Amino acid sequence: MKMVDPDVMVRRDEERQSQRPASQTAKMSARDVKVFYGDNEAIKGIDLDIMENEVIAFIGPSGCGKSTFLRTLNRMNDTIENCRIEGKVTLDGDDIYDPSLDVVLLRAKVGMVFQKPNPFPKSIYDNIAYGPRLHGLAKRKYDLDEIVESSLRKAGLWEEVKDRLDRPGTGLSGGQQQRLCIARAIAVSPEVILMDEPCSALDPIATAKIEELIDELTESYTIAIVTHSMQQAARVSHRTAYFHLGELVEVNDTETVFTNPEHELTEAYITGRFG
Amino acid sequence: MSSTMDSAADKRDQIQSRVANSLRRRHAKEKRFKMFGLAAVLIGLAFVAVLFVSIFSRGLPAFWQSSITLDVYFDPQILDVGPPPEQRQDESPRDFEQRQQSWRTKLTMANWNEVLQNALIDAKPELEEHRRSLRKLFTNGEKYRLRDMVAEEPSLIGQIRSIELLADAEVDVWVRGNIDRSLPDERLQLSPEVRRIADQLHDEGILNVSFNTVLFTNSDSRSSPASAGLAGAFMGSLFMMMVVICLAVPVGVASAIYLEEFAPQNKFVDLIEVNINNLAAVPSIVFGLLGASIFINYLRLPLSAPLVGGLVLSLMTLPTVIITTRSALKAVPPSIRQAALALGASRVQTVFQQVLPLAIPGILTGSIIGVAQALGETAPLLLIGMNAFVANIPATPFEQSTALPVQIYLWQGNEMRNFFEARTSAAIIVLVLMMITLNALAIWLRKKFETRW
Repeated sequence: MKMVDPDVMVRRDEERQSQRPASQTAKMSARDVKVFYGDNEAIKGIDLDIMENEVIAFIGPSGCGKSTFLRTLNRMNDTIENCRIEGKVTLDGDDIYDPSLDVVLLRAKVGMVFQKPNPFPKSIYDNIAYGPRLHGLAKRKYDLDEIVESSLRKAGLWEEVKDRLDRPGTGLSGGQQQRLCIARAIAVSPEVILMDEPCSALDPIATAKIEELIDELTESYTIAIVTHSMQQAARVSHRTAYFHLGELVEVNDTETVFTNPEHELTEAYITGRFG
Repeated sequence: MSSTMDSAADKRDQIQSRVANSLRRRHAKEKRFKMFGLAAVLIGLAFVAVLFVSIFSRGLPAFWQSSITLDVYFDPQILDVGPPPEQRQDESPRDFEQRQQSWRTKLTMANWNEVLQNALIDAKPELEEHRRSLRKLFTNGEKYRLRDMVAEEPSLIGQIRSIELLADAEVDVWVRGNIDRSLPDERLQLSPEVRRIADQLHDEGILNVSFNTVLFTNSDSRSSPASAGLAGAFMGSLFMMMVVICLAVPVGVASAIYLEEFAPQNKFVDLIEVNINNLAAVPSIVFGLLGASIFINYLRLPLSAPLVGGLVLSLMTLPTVIITTRSALKAVPPSIRQAALALGASRVQTVFQQVLPLAIPGILTGSIIGVAQALGETAPLLLIGMNAFVANIPATPFEQSTALPVQIYLWQGNEMRNFFEARTSAAIIVLVLMMITLNALAIWLRKKFETRW
């Protein structure tokens, strides 16, 4: 494992900050989204566009609703009892809460990576192959092998695991497991990848690798990432959205948010006055 | 200045010595607790050891039994029944059956005691003078065994066969010393004459103690205690176990999956949950009453049938299976469900492809423990007539039968104490072995599915 030189990282960030995503079309948009857990309003009307091929970071203090908002984007909140959602969320202009829309289809398009690496207790191969098998993406074994290999390559894990694809995914290190989970999400060729604090359980080296990976993935995917680390938000994202008590306080270019925030709450948070 | 420092140091010393003191007490406490635990385990083990030693020391002798090996002459003069009827050209099947029936009746009516007595006198001519007492040596069932042999193979008449004949239960008790030999005559079942002959035959090796296959091949018997066996009860238990496995396990697992993974959380489901937990605590005899009134009185299912027993035991086992399955499902981390759902698996796919495989070891263990519990249950079976005396080995779950624990209950209440005591313990051994096998299976399955990862 090679150490990532922080200076190099910074330089790379600078390079990227200059390369703003070419597209200015919204991949997903939320309009007046409210989420209730029982009577408790966790999100109080959020309007936000997520642009195609951008990395958008959601930051904010604990309990501000950033994870909840992230989970409305692929309807993972559906699995929670008493959770009610109002407002409109669209993917490529289509309402994802339309009753006629199959949630399976949505989740195939909007993948998700969780806070704690959660590989299935199966082989590395089967972990990656599960999604493609579910959706019938591979007709022959050969196709499936190819999907597995390309997903692992994209996740930067291929070289490390190519000789032990039949070994349990749970036997990998934490960072490798998280990259396995990213590979698993990529394997179904989603358009958007949601990441819910993907590095919070990882050491700095593994974190650096994931961040590098996010950087590469942005070429083909739209990524929304929830993070508690402002440095991480600064390093990986093009835009940053600051959430506070269920409200979206500010969303802007990452550079602007961190150097010249519009709102005083944002400034207080990023300068560490609370958090 | 220095005095304040001294006092601070003093204070620290005080605190440290207090900590040291309390530490000693804490260690003593831990040690005591450990000792209590160890003592509890040892006491438990000692009880189990005593139980096993007492059951095995009493039960093992029942696997051996006295028998008399003789050359039996199927004397055509005594067995004057002629050849078995053959189907005639002009005869209707009914008439033929009638003639067969009467032939069999004649065969049964023949003086089989004389055949047995003659066989013994042929071996020891000096017993001629005790002819009338000799039949007391054989258990009652042996006459019918000889009859059945002839009915099966009519050409036996006129032939001599060497046959191992079971001794009467009282003779067995006497010969093997399971009774106080110094008791006065009026308190012994056997006449002095028969006792003397039995001892004599035993000394000469005509009557000897050999492995008791009858215990495993015969059903219970009243007229002929020596040929009483466990086969009927064993088959009954086996059928019931099959019914429980086929019914309680799938229904229980399915309801657990539904309740745990799919059911909405509302008052109604809460009510169901509470009641399942209550059902698990209901005394088993209540399930027997329920079974008697529903399956027998209302549905008119046959009395004493393993099917009904299995149904009742299924009802009893269901809550256990549901509860253990639910806890096995609960133990699967939610992150696995989320991972599958986020990949676009439906809820059913998530449960069956990811959650269930992980819960299988727990489900299997729970189910097998439930089945083992059902296997050992007696009380509900008494209420659906499975304590009836059944002389046949059931071939289907619809026939009358008894069950192993009920057989134990019946035998231990038998008036021939000194013969059936050993039989009772032998039945317990068989039951315990069945349980151990089931539990071993549970452990093996658990290991097998767990070591996959």
